[in-house]
Formats: sequence, C-alpha cells, structure tokens
Amino acid sequence: MEYILIIIGAIFVNNIVLAQFLGICPFLGVSGKVKTAVGMGGAVLFVMTLATIVTWLIYTYILSKFGIEYMRTIAFILVIASLVQMVEIILKKISPSLYQALGVFLPLITTNCAILGVAILVIDKDFNLTYSVVYAVGTALGFLLALVIFAGLREHIEKLPIPKAMQGIPAALVMAGILALAFMGFSGLV
Amino acid sequence: MNNLKNFTKGFFRENPVFILLLGLCPTLGVTTSAINGLAMGLATTFVLIGSNVVIALIKGLIPDKVRIPSFIVVIASFVTIIDLVMSAYVPALYESLGLFIPLIVVNCIVLGRAEAFASKNTVFSSLIDGLGMGLGFAFALTLLGGLREILGSIAIFNWKIFEGIARLINPATDYTQPDGILVFVLAPGAFFGLAYLIVLMKKISK
Amino acid sequence: MAKKESTFLNMTLTLFIITAVAAVALGYVYNITKEPIQKAKDKKLKTAINIVVPGADKGTIEIETVKIEGKDLFIYTVSIDDKIIGTAINSFSNNGFGGLVRVMVGFDENGKIIDSDVLEHKETPGLGDKSSKSVSNWNEQFKKMDISIMKDKTLKVSKDGGEVDAITAATITSRAYCDAIQRAWTVYVETIDDNSQQKETTETEIIEENTLETKTVDIVEPNEGGNDNE
Repeated sequence: MEYILIIIGAIFVNNIVLAQFLGICPFLGVSGKVKTAVGMGGAVLFVMTLATIVTWLIYTYILSKFGIEYMRTIAFILVIASLVQMVEIILKKISPSLYQALGVFLPLITTNCAILGVAILVIDKDFNLTYSVVYAVGTALGFLLALVIFAGLREHIEKLPIPKAMQGIPAALVMAGILALAFMGFSGLV
Repeated sequence: MNNLKNFTKGFFRENPVFILLLGLCPTLGVTTSAINGLAMGLATTFVLIGSNVVIALIKGLIPDKVRIPSFIVVIASFVTIIDLVMSAYVPALYESLGLFIPLIVVNCIVLGRAEAFASKNTVFSSLIDGLGMGLGFAFALTLLGGLREILGSIAIFNWKIFEGIARLINPATDYTQPDGILVFVLAPGAFFGLAYLIVLMKKISK
Repeated sequence: MAKKESTFLNMTLTLFIITAVAAVALGYVYNITKEPIQKAKDKKLKTAINIVVPGADKGTIEIETVKIEGKDLFIYTVSIDDKIIGTAINSFSNNGFGGLVRVMVGFDENGKIIDSDVLEHKETPGLGDKSSKSVSNWNEQFKKMDISIMKDKTLKVSKDGGEVDAITAATITSRAYCDAIQRAWTVYVETIDDNSQQKETTETEIIEENTLETKTVDIVEPNEGGNDNE
C-alpha cells in the first residue's frame, strides 16, 4: 500500500520535471511528436531504475563500508555513463528503428539531471533498496507523463500565431509553467 | 578571439542560460532568491574554471575514445570539492542549494565548455572562458533569483523591502509586510520568470 | 586534439590514473573538511535544540533514537552541570498537507511544553508554512501547554474540540503539527516513566566519528565545538 503512495506521490505530487526541476533539458527539447516522447520516457525508465539499483548497491556495500562516501558523485556518474553506453549498444541491436528515432537524445540521458538526481535522492532520504526502486520507477513514470503531455501540447500550439519573440523556448516555458501550476493541484493527494 | 571578448561573451552574446539555453535545471531549481542564485552561479564557476584548466592541461594525454569519461571524472572531482567545502564553511547556503550542488556535474555548460573549448585551447584561454561563462551563468541566476524574490517575497538578498522601508521611517515599528505574489517562489513562477527573461535578454543582446 | 592512440591499454590506463589522482585529491580535501562539516552539523543541531530548550547551547546533550512507525524520533536530553534542564524531541507527523512534517518540541521536567518549531515540511507557502517561526508567531501558543491536563490528554485544534487555534485555512497543517507534538509527548512520558517496555527502542551511544549513529556531544562553551566525545 505504501508503495502505491510512493508511486502516486512521485508521478503527480512531486513530479520530477514540474515540481523538482530535474530533466528539463530533454523535457524542453522534445519535439511535438508523442511517439518520440514515449520512446525517450521508456529509455529513461529503464536507465533510471537500473542506475538507482546499481548506485544504491555500490553506495551501501562499497562506499559506505570503506568510509569513502565522498566518492559518491564520481562513482554514480560513471555508473550512469556506462549504463547509457550499454543501453545504446543493446538498442542498436534490438530495435534499430527506435535507436534512430531517439537519435542524439540517447547519449544525452547521461546528463539528464533526473537520473543522477534520483540516485542521490534515495540515498539522502535513506530509502532501502525496495523503496528506492519503487521511487525510481514512479519518478520515471512521472517524467514520461510530463513528457507525453508536453509533446501533445506542443503539437497543438505549433499551429497558433505566437509573437515572434516568444516562439520556441519562451512559449514552451510558459506552457510548462501552466502545466506546473496544474500539477500543484495534486498536492495534498497523498 | 582576444581575451576580453573571450571573457565578456558569457554575459550577453553567448550567455549560457539566456542564449545557449544550457544549464536550465539549476536555473529553475535554485532561483527562489537572489543569494541562492548567486551562490549556485559562483559554485558552478569554480567547477568550470577548475575543470577547464585541468582538461586544457592534460588534453594531450587523453586517448580520444575515453575523452568524455575522463572529462566527467575531472568535473566530478571539482564538484565534490566544492560540495565538501560548502558544507563545511557555508552550511546554511549549502542546505538551500541541496541536491543541485552535486548536480553541477551534469550541468551541460560544464561538459559543454570542456568539450567545445578546453579540449582545443590553451590553459589560459580556457581559464578565461570558464570564468566568463561561469560569471555569465551566475549573472543569469542572480537576475532570475532576484526577480522571483522581489515578486514572490517582496525582498532582495533576504532584505524585506517594505519592512525595511518602514523601519527607515520609524525604527521602532513592528510592521510585518504582506505576502508577495507567491506563485513566483513556487515551481510555475520559475518557468514564467525564465521565459520572459529570455525574451528580454534576447532583445538586449541584439 | 588527443595525440594518444586509443588502444585498450591506453584507455584503461588513462581512466585509471585520472580516477586515482582524483581519489587522492578528494581524500585530501575530505580530511581537511571533515571536522568543519561535523562542527557545522553539531552547531545546527544545537541551534535547533536551543530554540525549544533555551540554554541548550551551553549544556551537554545526550541523544537517544527511537523508531516509531518506521521513522526515527530523536530524544535530546539537555543538562547543565549534571542537572537536566529540559528534553527536546525531534518528532514527526505523516499527516501534513504535503506529507512528512518534522517538529522539534521541548519539554520541561513536568512534561509541559517549553517551546516548539518546525524542522522540515512541504506545506503550502502562505498557508501551512505559517507553522514555522520564521513566517509567523502561530506556534507561540504552544508555549507552556500541558498535555496531561487536556481533555483525553490529547493536543487538538479547536475544531476537533481541543485548545489549539488552527492556522486560518491550514487546518491540516495545524493538525499535523499537533500530531507531531502528541507523538513526542507520548514518547517523553514513557521515557520519564522509565518504561522499559518500549517497542523497538534503539539506544545508541556510539562515539565513533564517521558513523551516522548518534553520539554524545559534549559542549563546554557556547560556540566552541570542542568535541570531547567521552
């Protein structure tokens, strides 16, 4: 039951993009294609969950044991970079079309602050491994949701007359702001 | 490019936030007040200078294929240093910035400059580049932070404006000022504030 | 740009050397900053305790951790010259509007509240955040309250039949605040009753430096972080 609360909390109440501001770059960069958004969200879900597990294990059984918690940042980011490389290689073999569609976004997952952010968050919040995985999955789903909604929105406004100065990122940011405002309505849900 | 141009490009023409649209996560995440934005900007500047200099120094020793992981280790080291130093000597600020300090390591600006500049230029110009871009970043963050603080908390650098003025007029007053437009210190306000600042800065740097 | 060949040996060696140098440099910085970091943590804790048990920054603090409903509750017994001047408790409530709310409350030897304040919360700015001293005087009303003489020995807001004035339009936050203090009071009463049948008590008096466990902190002068851990 508690796990459901964590997931709902992570997707809606503390949405990683709209409330915690992590993962903004891929979020704003996503085009108006819902398909790409789903693919990106899926990749993030996979990497985030795997990365959280591996970094949690490394922190608990290696870094803590030897008292070198300060090596956390280096260790975590190297793990994430390697995982992304792995995902790229695997994706190329399994689904070359998806690999093509994601294009340059795939290596960018490494610098997606959401992934490193979640890895650090679960350590700081002292979650055990199960909680951490549940939280990571929930967060990634929240990311996916935000991305898909946003892609859908962008598809629509492409046809609207926006003043030239606001075109592109500024309009996207205002939209994101309104979306964030809407998501604020979820607070108090859990 | 000459050194002066190299240094100043980070402020307007090639401002990492407003023009290059990089490093937006911390920009939105820590700018609830001007001091937070400034502190974050300076911490990032430290990492930028450190990593740019070191990478420019050792660029000849790194095989091309491990270039990115090597850069990442260098950057992560400087991030860890500033993390430790800040938690030791400015704990209150360190807490306000929270998660975003270790996240400097994935700030696209840092890796971006390492790849685009430091790996191809001299140590000294890389230092200037890091300094300029970093201070430009700090400038952007302080600006957004200040904007959000003034509108959202009616304060600047933690100085409550209305109360401060009231105290200047009557030092014995116990006036407490009303809340500001709270949405600006919350998530949506970050998005709105940044959107309009980008439009403004784009116009200015033309 | 890179003059070195990308052979497997070169790549692994380079990465290894860079990481090794980084590890050494960081180990060095870590050792220098270890003490100031610990001092800053202790100072923060002392300051938080001092708000609810005035004088704590000049006294000795003994820490005990209790697990309740899966979360930690911290009991800080403050003594000056071997005489207990108050007990601060870092308690929590899960019923805040935005989730977890942590409250620090100080009790005197009779179980009366000395003072209290919010430690962490995710309440709504402009509404629930008024529970914090930095925003409003709302929690001043808790000073000197004695739960043992209240109806049902429970701290409640007036809406629920109690004596606490809830924050306007932030009843949930106000209830959570009361809930946290109630939890602390229950634990406190059990502690002074020397009830050794507490469920899941974890007493830790570890003096090791690097652990995240609790330890006894000796403070001799204010603002001096003399950590003579004995």
